[in-house]
Amino acid sequence: MRGPLHDTLSRTRSHAMYGVCIAFTVFILAILVLVTAYLIYLGFSALSVDFFTQIPSGDPKNPGGMKNAIVGTGVLVGLASLVGVPLGILTGVYLSEYDTNSWLASPVRFVCDVLAGVPSIVVGILGYELLVVPLGGFNGYAGAMALAFIMIPIIARTTEEMLRLVPNSYREASLAMGASKARTIFTIVLPAAMGSTITGIMLAIARVAGETAPLLFTALSSRYLTLDPSRPFPSLTVQIYNYARGPYEQQRKMAWGGILILISLIFALNLIVRIISQRVQTKTE
Amino acid sequence: MPEMTIPAHAFSVSTPGSYSIPRPEPVPAASQAVASHFTHLELARERHVLHIRDFSLFYGKKQALHAVSMSIPERKVTALIGPSGCGKSTLLRSINRLNDTIPSVSVTGRIEYQGRNIFDRGTDTIGLRKKIGMVFQRHNPFPMSIFENVIYALRIAGERNKKVLTEAVEKALRGAALWDETKDRLHGSALALSGGQQQRLCIARAIAPEPEILLMDEPCSALDPIATSKVEELILALRARFTVAIVTHNMQQAARVSDYTAFMYLGRLVEYGPTNAIFQNPRLTQTEEYICGRFG
Repeated sequence: MRGPLHDTLSRTRSHAMYGVCIAFTVFILAILVLVTAYLIYLGFSALSVDFFTQIPSGDPKNPGGMKNAIVGTGVLVGLASLVGVPLGILTGVYLSEYDTNSWLASPVRFVCDVLAGVPSIVVGILGYELLVVPLGGFNGYAGAMALAFIMIPIIARTTEEMLRLVPNSYREASLAMGASKARTIFTIVLPAAMGSTITGIMLAIARVAGETAPLLFTALSSRYLTLDPSRPFPSLTVQIYNYARGPYEQQRKMAWGGILILISLIFALNLIVRIISQRVQTKTE
Repeated sequence: MPEMTIPAHAFSVSTPGSYSIPRPEPVPAASQAVASHFTHLELARERHVLHIRDFSLFYGKKQALHAVSMSIPERKVTALIGPSGCGKSTLLRSINRLNDTIPSVSVTGRIEYQGRNIFDRGTDTIGLRKKIGMVFQRHNPFPMSIFENVIYALRIAGERNKKVLTEAVEKALRGAALWDETKDRLHGSALALSGGQQQRLCIARAIAPEPEILLMDEPCSALDPIATSKVEELILALRARFTVAIVTHNMQQAARVSDYTAFMYLGRLVEYGPTNAIFQNPRLTQTEEYICGRFG
């Protein structure tokens, strides 16, 4: 007799489903391990002291290092964060705390969602039209602004979502004690959501640190170590792009090294995010 | 709303502190809703810090309070009781204008504090809330240290003197009967405290700026019986320094901690008087039925 306790068919199905899930998980994991191993294998051989201390030599046989690109990416991402983080957070605060359902908030929210999904090359073209052509040439500022433009919607939406998770009782308690709304937001609500907001910021930074397309049309690249963003500006991603499609064996090797550095950077950022969010979680429990 | 009758025994039984008097003239109503409630005369002999007059409140088009009129006596505990949705929390949250944070709320009538209607356009809600503290249903200390929680209101007021702040923390924590349990961990997280301790911390936080009135919105509903009895003891002690208005679902609690009790039903104030009179000798059948657990 087949009752609910002896339903072998559905039990078999259930086991089969479990097996399929495991198989696919292992498959994905294997691909990831393969890619990472290949990357480390090829990337490590390109790394040397020169890689971090030299700028490109211009000689394809002995290409020097990528110091300029590493510094360049740091400067670009830093400048982008300087603009993108405050704007993103304030937009998120506006959406969550001030006009949640006003005529302005809904379109802003919608636009943020659309912008977060816009292909980054579109942002590059936009930066080219708005900041490269009027300024008369490729420059680092345009690159940083293009990156900031990608960061803002991501940070705004994560900040909004995280602020919404802050219990309303915090806001009421603060207001009931005579705090102004602004004070409530900046001393209670934002700090309460700080861990997860920082997570959002870090993820946005990790995302733009790996962008190539927006920089191709704005910052372009430079062989020189420069801190002057008003001129064409180097970056890891564009340099990797240039080297990787070039004909020279040594330069392609350098590209692998650059990729390894970039991946490590993003991995480190994600790790920091994990640690921060765990710390915050244990603190609030 | 059904016609309310005065129970016959209201005139025959005479307990100390209650008087057998006929029902006073009805309070003139501002709106169609008749303010047909009964206020015991003992209240007239108190000094009042706050007067609610013909106060109605609307959530959008839905009317939540109907021409409520009552006065809150100074340095007494006044309990607001009534079934869920009767408007007692809404009334409490109107007193410090916390309902302002809900966009659809509109009000008519007055709440007078220090001779002014708090709904007047020029009212400084921030200053008002400094004089009228509040403790919430769910203990909600901020995710910071115990010390910082207690001095939050003082920080808002711009107090920087470390000595003043330290003294204020001790005074407030002693006032909330929490000092002995927390004096060694003032800079530890407030969220590490137990639920009952957190609620007493919220009380300390509310009394630290020395308000005149303390509003409590079901302060024990999330606490276990032992923590509840501690908070109740505390409420009785607070009466010496503050005027307390407390909303509670628990009628035994109202009977234990309050001097005066107001029974509300369907957004209206039904009967308001000394707690022992309300519980032992209510004038209106509706109050009696609720007290006896026949509805609500």
